[in-house]
Amino acid sequence: MYKIGVIGDRESILGFKAVGLEVFPCDSLQEAGQAFKKTTEGEFAIIYITEAFYKEMTPEITEFRDKRLPAIIPIPDKDGSMGIGMESVKKAVERAVGADILFGGE
Amino acid sequence: MERLNVNPTRMMLTTLKRRLVTARRGHKLMKDKRDQLMKGFLELARENKRLREEVEKELARVYESFSVASAVMSQEVLEEALMFPKQGVDLSVEGKNIMSVDVPQFAFTTKAEDSTDIYPYGFATTSGELDAAIAGLARVLPSMLDLAAKEKEAAMLAAELEKTRRRVNALEYVKIPQLEMTIKYIMMKLDENERGNQTRLMKVKDMILKEAIEEKRQQDHEACKA
Repeated sequence: MYKIGVIGDRESILGFKAVGLEVFPCDSLQEAGQAFKKTTEGEFAIIYITEAFYKEMTPEITEFRDKRLPAIIPIPDKDGSMGIGMESVKKAVERAVGADILFGGE
Repeated sequence: MERLNVNPTRMMLTTLKRRLVTARRGHKLMKDKRDQLMKGFLELARENKRLREEVEKELARVYESFSVASAVMSQEVLEEALMFPKQGVDLSVEGKNIMSVDVPQFAFTTKAEDSTDIYPYGFATTSGELDAAIAGLARVLPSMLDLAAKEKEAAMLAAELEKTRRRVNALEYVKIPQLEMTIKYIMMKLDENERGNQTRLMKVKDMILKEAIEEKRQQDHEACKA
């Protein structure tokens, strides 16, 4: 059985605790890095990270991009979406097709 | 295009021809794989985009009610209310094989028996917005899990597609032309050798004939004299 983790700032992600996910409230990038390290050890199959942290930790996250587990998914935080999640979908398309054909002309 | 640096021998020619056949077959297979992957991937990417839009919208709504709740309630009360969740999620992961890419499939079960009774706190000290936020989260959770699976699948397929595409191109534009070129070169070289041999033989034959005629003539001459 795997767990689902959520990394982000306290206010955004506290609610996820109530629906049974494991939350790692972080106030600084350093804490987020530690939480990330802990969650990628193998217990967690899905890790949601708020976009603010996702943006800062892209190099570490990229390492897991082609691995089967865990799936690391950016989610918007309380300040709204920064478009990073969409950006990652777009990047996957660009990587596969060689050109962006889904989000035409954005 | 550079040809391969090999000795132009008959043996090399057979080897290269065999390699060309393999390369052609590999190219065809790779191309088929690429096309199939592409078909699946585009569908997936579209679905992925749609899901993400949906999840982001839902989450925005949840955050809205949540921030109202945290404004009404003090931080301590809020944390206390959420300290011991009633609901738990068990996630099991299975693999699915798409064109030899092993993608994970998530299946989850919730622990609470009653999906309407997931609030881990009494209603006396908490605000109604918190209920709304948590109900919203519970609603969006399946979509979020779906999104995670789809996004992972898309990323893995994208990696595989990139690899396959490169292989197809390498075979099509480098390997196969190179082999063809080398085979042609060896064949020309062998033909050239053959022709060289032929002329040499003809020349030798001429020389022998000439010698024989000369000899005959000599004999005739001597016979006439005698």
